[in-house]
Amino acid sequence: MLAQLRRSPLGVVGAFMLGLALIAATFAPWLAPYDPEQTIHVTIEDIYARPSAEHILGTDDGGNDVLSAFIFGSRVSLLVGFSASLISMFIGGAVGLVAGFYGGRIGNALMRLTDIFLVIPDLPLMIVIVAMVGPSLWNIILVIGILGWTGTARMVRAQALSLKERQFVLRARALGAGNFHILRRHIFPLVLPLMVANTVLVISLSILSESTLSFLGLGDPTTLSWGGMLNFAFTRGAISARAWWALVAPGLGIVWVVLACTLVGNTLEEAFNPRLQSHHLQGEDKMIASPSHIQAEG
Amino acid sequence: MSAALPAGDAGIRPAADTVLEVEGLFKHFPLPRGLLGALLGRPGRVVHAVDGVSFTLARGEILALVGESGCGKTTTALALMGLQPASAGSIRFNGQDVTHLSEHPGGVPRAMVAALDGAAYRREPSVAPALTLKRLRRQIQMVFQDPYESLNPRATVYEAVAEPLEVHGLEQDRESRLNRVRGALEDAGLKPAQAYLNRLPHELSGGQRQRVVIAGALVLEPSLLIADEPVSMLDVSIRAELLNLLDELRSRRGISILYITHDLGTAACFTDRIAVMYLGRIVEIGPTRRVLADPQHPYTRALLSVVPVPNPRLRRTRQILGGETPNPIDLPRGCRFRPRCPVAVERCAEVDPSLTPLGDGHEAACLLLDGARLLNSA
Amino acid sequence: MERAETPLLEVRHLSTNFVTDEGVFRAVEDLSFQLRRGEFLGLVGESGCGKTTAMLSVLRLLPAAGRIVSGEVLLEGEDILKLDAAEMRRMRWRKMSIIFQGAMNALNPVRNVGDQIAEALVLHDMAPSRRRAAARVGELLELVGIDADRADQFPHQYSGGMRQRAMIAMALACSPQVVIADEPTTALDVMIQAQILELLERLQRELGLSVILVTHDLSVVAEVCHDVLVMYGGVLAEYATVDEIYNEPLHPYTRLLLEAFPDLSRPDERMISIPGQPPRLNDLPAGCRFAPRCPMVIDRCRIEPPPVRQVRPGRWATCHRIDEAGT
Repeated sequence: MLAQLRRSPLGVVGAFMLGLALIAATFAPWLAPYDPEQTIHVTIEDIYARPSAEHILGTDDGGNDVLSAFIFGSRVSLLVGFSASLISMFIGGAVGLVAGFYGGRIGNALMRLTDIFLVIPDLPLMIVIVAMVGPSLWNIILVIGILGWTGTARMVRAQALSLKERQFVLRARALGAGNFHILRRHIFPLVLPLMVANTVLVISLSILSESTLSFLGLGDPTTLSWGGMLNFAFTRGAISARAWWALVAPGLGIVWVVLACTLVGNTLEEAFNPRLQSHHLQGEDKMIASPSHIQAEG
Repeated sequence: MSAALPAGDAGIRPAADTVLEVEGLFKHFPLPRGLLGALLGRPGRVVHAVDGVSFTLARGEILALVGESGCGKTTTALALMGLQPASAGSIRFNGQDVTHLSEHPGGVPRAMVAALDGAAYRREPSVAPALTLKRLRRQIQMVFQDPYESLNPRATVYEAVAEPLEVHGLEQDRESRLNRVRGALEDAGLKPAQAYLNRLPHELSGGQRQRVVIAGALVLEPSLLIADEPVSMLDVSIRAELLNLLDELRSRRGISILYITHDLGTAACFTDRIAVMYLGRIVEIGPTRRVLADPQHPYTRALLSVVPVPNPRLRRTRQILGGETPNPIDLPRGCRFRPRCPVAVERCAEVDPSLTPLGDGHEAACLLLDGARLLNSA
Repeated sequence: MERAETPLLEVRHLSTNFVTDEGVFRAVEDLSFQLRRGEFLGLVGESGCGKTTAMLSVLRLLPAAGRIVSGEVLLEGEDILKLDAAEMRRMRWRKMSIIFQGAMNALNPVRNVGDQIAEALVLHDMAPSRRRAAARVGELLELVGIDADRADQFPHQYSGGMRQRAMIAMALACSPQVVIADEPTTALDVMIQAQILELLERLQRELGLSVILVTHDLSVVAEVCHDVLVMYGGVLAEYATVDEIYNEPLHPYTRLLLEAFPDLSRPDERMISIPGQPPRLNDLPAGCRFAPRCPMVIDRCRIEPPPVRQVRPGRWATCHRIDEAGT
């Protein structure tokens, strides 16, 4: 898998970007210059202060250091992103495997269920649910996870459908293997890589969902994610104060992580799904090594 | 439906050394009628994949089942393996009737059977579960055509060969399982076995992969091996060693082999008896040398006349039959080969011939026999 | 082959490499042969011997990693390797066409067969539009033994044998002089195979068509070809008339290969196997490429690759041991 990543330059870039984000999130307490939990006493000059030596990215509406908030904010975004995707992967994988392998009435029922989830607009539904159950971190993770599995389910189902027709499955049946053995030994291990690749892409969607919810004010009030930072900046006059640093930092953070996941996810998907690779006919001129090499040897 | 029961002594020989007796085996796949057809009460159409097949297989015997795509040879094999429940007829293995054993969920998906046999088949609904089928599978094993597809690309050789043991819960002890796997690999010609245990399929050549599949079939010590086109996808220069391996397994271990192929050439060189199938029936059966030297059924003659031979100086008349093998859905009246038969007469449209014994275990299903020989044109 | 007539197609010292992450694959090395008008050449070899690559090189249709590194391909005396892209495209299909391996299964399933044949005509300006091409399409279908009315049908309505005939019709669309058929009968039943071979022979008689039949099946080649070129590991092993190859094979690989084929006319002869595997083309042994598997190998074979030599009048082979005392 690492070898595949190395071959694609975009994949390497994505992995690098993701790595940086993970480091920032893990080592936040050591990397951040200020502790965002600490109460500070501010004066009017400290609010939306421009970037300076003390505050490299300036301060926000409460006088807090934007850089520290930014670094700590990565934790929430990444945590929600990864956790929610794990839930989606689990649900989507289970639904896809059962629908694809067993088929029949159960399979049809599951696919209709998937269609329902696909058709419902995710964001409005998320907003409604979070507004009802309350914006705790766990609730948000659950909601995003429960609405994000449809793509995985479809893909896993397609894979399972095609795998169960393969000759090594027939061989296993001829040996006397039952469904459980075939699922465990043949279907699941071959579906897993694509599922992982797909999940990485789902992570980027989950992070976007979380950021959107927080931006709309439905984030967990006890933690500050990037979306939350954007929310505060918008609603508390960053624009009129021309405090671009309060908007750019969290915005870029979101873009950075989403882009990283997309690059890595796409590379993994190409690596695991041979049908995505393309073979092009060579251009005519390059096909012949070079005119001077063609000699008449009689 | 007239079952083509053999009348002569080449048919059912319920002797003690008979491993397999197939009698009047039928496998029909019903086609969907559609709403209009159902409303109008039209009878459903049926794919007559296997339409009355009977033969026996003795211990340590190699029988070739030969025919073109769509003739029903692969479906017959799947029925014998219990992967497709028979529509009618009986299968006796070592004297025991095993026809109605089945497994839940039953059947092999249509696409797989179609891919194996090139005709249009439909999936059979599942039948009630039974435990004995699994035990039967230990006695009858199968080797498939495509060495690149028969093995899970992510399973090591050890895992692939140990899989049958795992499925049947045998040799739980790691050490004894390892020994058995090693033994099977060496019996299949992969020596030293240790070197192959941790390899993945893509690291092996086609011939080596096929040997791994054979090892997997041997590890349960079966008495019958069904080989469906085992060498068709391998390079010509290594086919002989694999066929020799099968021959060796027969002589050293007394395993009976049903060798299914469309390639008359390989069937000729290492099998004891040969059965030629056309549209779901056996049209000619007998000792291989005899059938090939003196074929009696017009279809067998035509086939043998067109098989290419690596001898440019050999001049022979090729009897190229027109058209393609018709579909096994709408069968003609009388003899099913009549529409393409070069020597058909009027009576052939009325009577459906059954296998006529010609002595020495040689039988053919053609009205123009009758004890008398067809004019030799070869 | 010293014969009076100039050959229609002559390939001289063709070499093609594949440049990949896993090294340079010397897929074809120093291949030379001639094809005369109205003759069939059988290009025989097992998987990985380079026969398909050689044909793709001749038509300049190699995949991305392929490079023709030397040689000439003379079609009616003109080296087509020197043509520029546009000239090559004009030449392709008009003078020389190809039926790819497995092409009968690669027909577009959502367009009818007649349309797909017509496409070849329109692309080469032999008909102004697909509709006008209908007459020629009908002609082509009849030529290969398909009822012209079936032009409107879709590939799934054709049987396997008929699809292959349709591919032959497509290859003949612009009336080429040379058709390269890559494994044209491999996936077909033996009776259909006989029909297709008979069709090719008829086309040879009626149109004077020259065919390069690429196959692994020596028996098929014996049925229809005049000359045979046996390839192994990317190089020419032996090149002679069909009679010479079958009755007096000189190269050890040819001899062994002949014995590996079952012969129904001689059922008592046992088939043999050649132990080992073909060489990896990116990791070739020094010396003769067949040396690791050759029963007649001597030290010299392992060090010095044998050159392509004319071992008899009109016969070529690459082996050190031919014509040694007693060979």
